[in-house]
Amino acid sequence: MSIHHIRVTINGKLYEGDVEARTLLVHWLRDGLRLTGTHIGCDTSSCGACTILVDGKAVKSCTMLAVQADGRELLTVEGLEQNGKLHPLQEGFHVEHALQCGYCTPGMMMAALALLKRNPDPSEQEIREGISGNLCRCTGYVNIVKAIQYAAQKLREPEQVPAGSGGGGE
Amino acid sequence: MIPGPFDYQVASSVAEAIALLDQHGADAKVLAGGHSLIPLLRFRLASPAVLVDINRLRDLEYLQEADGTLHIGALTREVDLEASDLIRRRYPILADTARVIADPVVRNWATIGGNLAHADPANDHPATMLALGAQLVATGPAGQRLIPVEQFFTDSSFETTLQPNELLTEIRIPAPAERSGGAYLKLERKVGDYAIAGVAAYVALDGAGQVTYAGIGLTNVGPTPIKARAAEQLLLGSTLDDAVIVQAAKQAAAEARPVSDLRGPADYKRAMVETLTMRALRQARSRATGGA
Repeated sequence: MSIHHIRVTINGKLYEGDVEARTLLVHWLRDGLRLTGTHIGCDTSSCGACTILVDGKAVKSCTMLAVQADGRELLTVEGLEQNGKLHPLQEGFHVEHALQCGYCTPGMMMAALALLKRNPDPSEQEIREGISGNLCRCTGYVNIVKAIQYAAQKLREPEQVPAGSGGGGE
Repeated sequence: MIPGPFDYQVASSVAEAIALLDQHGADAKVLAGGHSLIPLLRFRLASPAVLVDINRLRDLEYLQEADGTLHIGALTREVDLEASDLIRRRYPILADTARVIADPVVRNWATIGGNLAHADPANDHPATMLALGAQLVATGPAGQRLIPVEQFFTDSSFETTLQPNELLTEIRIPAPAERSGGAYLKLERKVGDYAIAGVAAYVALDGAGQVTYAGIGLTNVGPTPIKARAAEQLLLGSTLDDAVIVQAAKQAAAEARPVSDLRGPADYKRAMVETLTMRALRQARSRATGGA
């Protein structure tokens, strides 16, 4: 059994540590680094609760070894907020009431972030496809789609808050 | 669930990967996208002594047409197949296949080579490669050898004819002839699930509209990916009219070997193979004759 020293940039900060080869990335994030915003849902890469970005691409962190992240740049849900200001996606999930129990929310937002980076103005269908690897058992997805639309508009036109939004997060 | 212990080695070149495989033999497993292997490790259904990680071999991620052949690096991610203009324009059957594999997050990391080398009869690329008549490049200590895809899978699930010290490095697909086309159709319960049944069909027609090539591959309706050879034979020389499509679809269903399981009774799956084969052949005909 091999042990590896890894150096990983997470949310702009360099983390180092020794990991067993078999340590899953999500376990290192949560148990090793106490970055517990990333959730573990199904354990089998089906539910997407553990979705993070690795080198800009959404990845299910339960299906990657921690050692595979060596030298890479990660973004987890903790990295969305900047200087005490919510990311437009977080704001959208708040304003549009896109969560109930909240378990899927971190993974959902990270999958949505990857989608919006690739496609800043997605149709509803494209949003639904983009989050189709992330399961929510509470909301029925309707408000999640609205929240991502909110964020998409806010990211495209930062000055214009969507009508009727109540300007949440300001 | 935590995998059992193993040693982890990163290959920094194809030669290094092969040397590691040669050294460790059947005790080693190749880690590509890992979306089949890591769940197997977690369930302790696999317990290799060594993992050889090939994810840093960026020179195995490519899509290029040269000399009448499409060359696909084995480490090409599904998302890159799905998004490629070349694939969408010239090989829509491959785009059909890539976009129904698992879900978009999985496709960011999962690879075409892994989908084939894992030899899961439920995986989607094997049927498409059988329909296309692909060739696979295996690289070992003695160099490269070409394996026709129908000789790549064995009679057992999850088994290929790759040697323990060989790496699948490239997939080669003949460039489309002028009047040719194909389609892959998958029936699934929900996004991310394996197929209840899947059918890949590929045809080429001559100037008179007669079929000069027919390939049909079936997903998840038997212990291995299935090439529906008798159905292909029915199509050859025909004008691919509706009557022969119906006949070939019945034949493909007869060649399926489904079992009843949580995705449905065997009879239902066989009926779905018939329906999907009909639809795939019609779409292949449409694409071969200039349609979408």
